[in-house]
Amino acid sequence: MLTYFLRRLLMAIPVMFFVAVFVFLLLRLTPGDPAQAIAGDQASLDQLEAIRDSLGLNDPLSVQFLTWIGNMAQGDFGRSLISDRPVLEMIGQRLGPTVALALVAMAMTLMIALPMGVLAAWRHGGMTDRLVMAVSVIGFSVPIFVIGYVLIGVFAVNLRWFPVQGYKALADGIGPFAHRIFLPGLALASIYIALISRMTRASMLEVLREDYVRTARAKGLPEGIVLFRHALRNAAIPILTVIGTGFAMMISGVVVTETVFNIPGLGRLVVDAVLARDYPLIQAIILLTAGTYVLINLLIDLSYALTDPRIRYQ
Amino acid sequence: MTVSQSGQPVLSVRDLRVATMGRRPAEILKGLTFDIAPGETLCLVGESGSGKSVTSLVTMDLLPRGELQVTAGRAELNGEDIITAPPARNKALRGAEMAMIFQEPMTALNPVLTIGLQMDEIYRAHTRMRGPDRKAAAIAAFESVNLPDPPRIYDSYPHQLSGGQRQRVMIAMALALKPKLLIADEPTTALDVTTQKQILELIRKLQDEMNTAVLFITHDMGVVVDIADRVCVMRHGEVVETGTTEEVLSAPREQYTRDLLAAVPALTPRPARAQEAPEHVLELVEVNKVFEFRSALSKLMRRPGHRVQAVSDVSFRLDRGRTLGIVGESGSGKSTVARCVLRLEDPTSGAILVNGHDIAPLEGQTALAPARRAVQMIFQDPNRSLNPRLTTGDSLVEGALNAGEPRAEALARAGELLEVVGLPRDALSRYPHQFSGGQRQRIAIARALMMSPDVIVADEAVSALDVSVQAQVLDLLAEVQARRNLAVLFITHDLRVAAQICDDVMVMRRGEVVEFGPAGQVLANPQHAYTCALLEAAPGRDWDFAKGRRVTEPA
Repeated sequence: MLTYFLRRLLMAIPVMFFVAVFVFLLLRLTPGDPAQAIAGDQASLDQLEAIRDSLGLNDPLSVQFLTWIGNMAQGDFGRSLISDRPVLEMIGQRLGPTVALALVAMAMTLMIALPMGVLAAWRHGGMTDRLVMAVSVIGFSVPIFVIGYVLIGVFAVNLRWFPVQGYKALADGIGPFAHRIFLPGLALASIYIALISRMTRASMLEVLREDYVRTARAKGLPEGIVLFRHALRNAAIPILTVIGTGFAMMISGVVVTETVFNIPGLGRLVVDAVLARDYPLIQAIILLTAGTYVLINLLIDLSYALTDPRIRYQ
Repeated sequence: MTVSQSGQPVLSVRDLRVATMGRRPAEILKGLTFDIAPGETLCLVGESGSGKSVTSLVTMDLLPRGELQVTAGRAELNGEDIITAPPARNKALRGAEMAMIFQEPMTALNPVLTIGLQMDEIYRAHTRMRGPDRKAAAIAAFESVNLPDPPRIYDSYPHQLSGGQRQRVMIAMALALKPKLLIADEPTTALDVTTQKQILELIRKLQDEMNTAVLFITHDMGVVVDIADRVCVMRHGEVVETGTTEEVLSAPREQYTRDLLAAVPALTPRPARAQEAPEHVLELVEVNKVFEFRSALSKLMRRPGHRVQAVSDVSFRLDRGRTLGIVGESGSGKSTVARCVLRLEDPTSGAILVNGHDIAPLEGQTALAPARRAVQMIFQDPNRSLNPRLTTGDSLVEGALNAGEPRAEALARAGELLEVVGLPRDALSRYPHQFSGGQRQRIAIARALMMSPDVIVADEAVSALDVSVQAQVLDLLAEVQARRNLAVLFITHDLRVAAQICDDVMVMRRGEVVEFGPAGQVLANPQHAYTCALLEAAPGRDWDFAKGRRVTEPA
């Protein structure tokens, strides 16, 4: 088990290295001169040259790359070209709301989608199944901002159960946090609920035909145990895969939800950074996102091994 | 064993009818009636589609929801009708009063849960035993089915056990709460003969101890001889004939039963064919195959991998017009030999001479093409060896087209060959799912013949077929062989089949040849202890199916 984990961890190193090279080259290849961006349109050639020199842009690419990696290894991700604040600090401030939102949305997804999928597969072809399928079609086809505004319209504006917009950190107390994050969480979860309930249903339908499910029933076990212990665990691997990639996509794709609900998260930071061509910031965010993907994939691999002993012993 | 005629039967099935659901319901069981007394073993025998498995599912109240339904009749367990009982009551009976063992031990246990947990569930669902007591009971149950090191088994996962061990676990689970009725649905079909024998003996022994009634489902007449007190022959959802094992086997009343018994191949080998001027078409010289499993990391660090010697020093000669049988249990390396002959696997060392040319060192399609034409293969499972998306015609002509034959010409030949194997010419435009298993295996034979081979390698080619169909396919193979003077390499685990068709027999175990010689000698007068053990374990060996009586003198 430990060797399995360590092997996966080792495999993550080359992946992160290639991502770093890619990000580095990407910014070197995009049109536009960082020096120009810093100095503005009025700068003289000498000024530009001085800035390039101070940024190390005249060194060979390999030296630049190593310097960059070296700096990052010491925790220095550079400074924003616009605000001149350390990039890491800016991201850190925004990461909290985004991660909180993603976690809440994922928790909601699992609580809603898994039982939905299991029930639909269990009552395959019946009313429950059709209802679940219908809900998932809605989740897929209605854009997230529509769902967001509908939720706001119904639950915040009309029923006044929840505030319309805004965010409070968990540090400000669980009540205010939950109160404000419920609607955006649900909006963000909608598409994942659709995706994961379908995935669960499909995977369960397959597993419910397996011999060991028949064995479990032949033992006279309660249906709940047959479904959740015997079937769902075997159906888990494709579901875990979708959950993992879904979570990674959430972290990097919360822009719309954050905009609709006015949450100061990472998504909005990305939008601002791209609009302002704030290269160090973009670079750091891409790296961070890639890192999240790698980490989540590692966790997915680990969860495979936890659910399926045959993977553990390979 | 004595059959108690007095008292109430454990299971009493009366006029049971089951039909498919949907717009056009088809009747699967057409009024089935039988009883099983305590301590008695009733064998339901029949070919695929006879409804024997459906019968067991009805009894366990496990019919697939929305697909099959009981339309009439009763199935009473100790006088209580399963069919009208509420689901909760049946759930309480399942696992406690009636239990079931399934055919495929590899898939019947849940792969992601420990054996111990799966065993524990039974006690949890049906008793009020406490944790330590449950574990003690489970370990005792594992001991009673002769599992080695029960505490270790308790903590294992299914994939860590062999097929025979898993089936023992299944039996331990089924008998954990001493049920009145045990249903065994082909419990030994997927096992090797020696394991099969042990499992059958185990079921017999535990049944005697607990006085359990056993409903035993099988297609194998040999197994019937070994385990049944009474036999119920089924066909198309109806009981053809019922009686004690002796009655049904020695004096069958119905023609269908007679046909079924006649189709069981005898264990006595047929005489080898006369042979003038032997011409070697296939020769293996000290062929070895080592499989090595090594991860990328081990390769990088030049660490040795995990090595398995699948085939060691196998040598034989096969002449035109002869049949050589390779016999062995799973893991004996018999299929690996076949795959090496076709160069589907690359032998690690040794020579493979096809028509005198060594093909072992050859590389690449062009170099291997002549040998690939000369040696053709028929695989075990015709459901999977034919591409479901290709018509029979396309499947048949594929090899010929590769060899450069014009399509029209190849199709014409394919049509002729279909007639040779007993199928209509218009089968060319049909798809595999439109044929039965036996027909599909005929197509597979036609496909092999398309290349006008010198050697046919048949890997368990009739194992997936019902006995009557098996007999027809074997006859066809013999006929084709005689007409075309083919050499056949026949790989099988079934000694009866080997005895029926082979001139020479090679017995393999763990990659090694333990005995090799004329079939008459190896099967009638075996020299090696393993061959003796195999013959000893062959189900129904003490029954002569041709004469319809017990074999008095053991062979």
